[in-house]
Amino acid sequence: MYMRQKDGHIVSYGTYIAVWFGLLVFTILTVAVAGINIRVISVIAPLLIAAIKTLLVLSFFMHLKYEDGNLKMMLSGAVVILAIIIGFTFLDISFR
Amino acid sequence: MNFLEEKGRYRGIFAWIFSTNHKRVGLLYLVSMLAVFSAGVILGLLMRLELIAPGQTIVTARAYNSLFTFHGILMIFLFVIPGLSASFGNFFLPIQIGARDVFFPRLNLLSWWLFISGAILLLVSLFTKDGPADTGWTFYVPYSIRTGTNVSLTLFAILLIGFSSILTGLNFVTTVHRLRAPGMKWFRLPLFVWSLYATGWVQILATPILGITFLLVIAERFFGIGLFDPARGGDPLLYQHLFWIYSHPAVYIMILPPMGVISEIIPTFARRTIFGYKPIVFSSLAIAIVGYLVWGHHMFTSGMSDTAKFIFSLLTFFVAIPSGIKVFNWVATLYKGSIELGTPLLYALSFIFLFSIGGLTGLVNGALATNVHIHDTYFIVAHFHYTMFGGAAFGFFGALHYWFPKMFGRMYNEKFAKLGWLILFIGFNVLFFPMFILGWQGLPRRYYDYLPQFQTGQVISTIGSWLLAAGIILIFTNLIRSIIHGEKAGKNPWGGTTLEWQIPSPPPPENFEEIPLVEHGPYDFGRKG
Amino acid sequence: MPDADIDIAVENEKDYTGSKIGMWLFLFTEMLLFGGMFLLYSVYRSIHPQDFHNGASELSIMIGTVNTIILITSSLTMAISISATQKGSRNLSTIFLALTIILGLLFLANKCFEWGDKFHHGIYPNSAELLKDSSGKVLFYGLYFVMTGLHGLHVLVGVILLSVMLILVINGKNNRKDYIKLENSGLYWHFVDIIWIFIFPLFYLIT
Repeated sequence: MYMRQKDGHIVSYGTYIAVWFGLLVFTILTVAVAGINIRVISVIAPLLIAAIKTLLVLSFFMHLKYEDGNLKMMLSGAVVILAIIIGFTFLDISFR
Repeated sequence: MNFLEEKGRYRGIFAWIFSTNHKRVGLLYLVSMLAVFSAGVILGLLMRLELIAPGQTIVTARAYNSLFTFHGILMIFLFVIPGLSASFGNFFLPIQIGARDVFFPRLNLLSWWLFISGAILLLVSLFTKDGPADTGWTFYVPYSIRTGTNVSLTLFAILLIGFSSILTGLNFVTTVHRLRAPGMKWFRLPLFVWSLYATGWVQILATPILGITFLLVIAERFFGIGLFDPARGGDPLLYQHLFWIYSHPAVYIMILPPMGVISEIIPTFARRTIFGYKPIVFSSLAIAIVGYLVWGHHMFTSGMSDTAKFIFSLLTFFVAIPSGIKVFNWVATLYKGSIELGTPLLYALSFIFLFSIGGLTGLVNGALATNVHIHDTYFIVAHFHYTMFGGAAFGFFGALHYWFPKMFGRMYNEKFAKLGWLILFIGFNVLFFPMFILGWQGLPRRYYDYLPQFQTGQVISTIGSWLLAAGIILIFTNLIRSIIHGEKAGKNPWGGTTLEWQIPSPPPPENFEEIPLVEHGPYDFGRKG
Repeated sequence: MPDADIDIAVENEKDYTGSKIGMWLFLFTEMLLFGGMFLLYSVYRSIHPQDFHNGASELSIMIGTVNTIILITSSLTMAISISATQKGSRNLSTIFLALTIILGLLFLANKCFEWGDKFHHGIYPNSAELLKDSSGKVLFYGLYFVMTGLHGLHVLVGVILLSVMLILVINGKNNRKDYIKLENSGLYWHFVDIIWIFIFPLFYLIT
């Protein structure tokens, strides 16, 4: 119930550089995939890759991997709300 | 020495408007909001006076449009949405969890400054360009883009006020997570605190949508962007979606804290612990979450797809359930309680009655078949006044009387308080109940003129508005007089059990001499002292 | 029974976790703010897929990719700067924070160049040239200017914020014992990077 302060976890420079490298790879991937002209892939693939890049930034650069479960739950909740808002709007748009 | 008397770096009014003490910020909000409320009531009275007869009575049609626009903006954005959070929440949240202040005291003061800046800009907008906005508080496009009235300044003012709301929510959520006293576990929190916590989340996650929507309207007016303009391929319905994606959760921002106060008042005045503490907690969270899923019920006649209409209607029925749970629990708390019919309890009981009428008529609105008949009629006007005024505002006045002795160290005159309540209650019902009938008979809302067959109802309603105003004047006069001349109140005039009743009235600047150790739940009437 | 923990709760200025939670909550509001724009984008793209594709082909993939790499790298330098402060390496932290600011400015310069190019061709909101085009295209550019504009504004604010942090690192106010302001600024900066991570494919890479 009562949280004592903890010193922040220090992430090594090496980890950060590895993450950066991963992000570069995914960036190149997303540009490459842009050439593919299959309808489903052209929408889903870039979003999926962006989501993976986002998770990398969140987990390592923003330290979410080393954080309390509380924060991860809050973020998930906020993302779910946003998804619902967009999704429910399509209940109207897609079925007009 | 209490927080009212404390001397700091600043003198006079600056000691208040530069204070980061949560109790002073709470009172700053309280006074500002009651001033705005009074202005809103006056606008309402003017509207009712115009409507006492068909045709022009006291204002032109254009002026009437601005009247109801500003009545809505003042009441909604500056009174009911900040509501109990900004005023009593600021004052009592830290005390009820055993803390000395909120987590971000300077941010708290900034919230109030943003609120006041927005209010001032709204005042300015009355006199600049083509005059005050005449779009209704909903600012539907394309009219809000085309009208020459000062929509941009008005929207910008509301953006500031919205940011104020976001910061308050952020502050409260952080405060509840980090500043609870030792032993104050989550399920020992007072229900008012739970309601503020749930509300805080809605403020954080819903308000930004209003922000971007109003920004886009301003951008459209200045740069012709075209995102909502049908002439440029934009969809005006998307504006409505974005607007209601915020404004529906906003009504839960308005009602959750008052519900929280009712959960405080009833145990105290029934001298019994609350029935179903956990169901009330979970129902507050459920209302906050399900509240995001129903916004389309404001748009049933707008041109949405049938699929959307069906699903939004279905979900709207679900959101009524948690509110029902609360009503059952409150009534159950009263059963076999040792009831003291003080003024706060009168407000709580009338809240339950009036909010239930509002809520039940909400079901009529939520059903697709009936909605077609009553949408945009006076039936809707009656519905939301029963929930927002009969519910939220009555809750506000209940809180005002409940916590008055604690904030000011004085008691109000009980007889005048009860008389004020009675006149307010009667006036309220005479004013708004006829609107259900008028609406059902087909009288549209926001209409300046109407057919003679509707006049009887309109006259009754206008008379009700005068009664209501008389009640409000009596209530305010009583309270203001009592601040100066009232009998001194002790720590705990009601025999309440939450932490605010264990400290002096008015509280000292730091609230507690020593941070308390909490060893039991909030409504423990079994113990002594 | 009251133990020493009580004093920690009261000293909220030093509550590192609480300050961090406050910052994350603020970022949630930013996520919802941009979220509204992404909602509009999804709807309009689903209605005008061909126009959006045409619009995307008029944007320079090269500049977009370069800008993406710039921001990703600036996130790296930001993260390194914070770790450096945590380890007590003030000089390293200063250098990498300065690099972050420079990369941010580079991003903004690119953006100005891109927009300038569009303006030069008569493409801007409400321009006669733009309005000649189909409505899907008008919507595409409306979204493009608003979203990259709002994002650019956030980058600018970030650059200013980081410049203030730079001063606080140099004069020692941000140090290994007390670096919450730097860390929170970092969170803001990474968030701005994430928004771009989505904007880039959605505007530049529509097949």
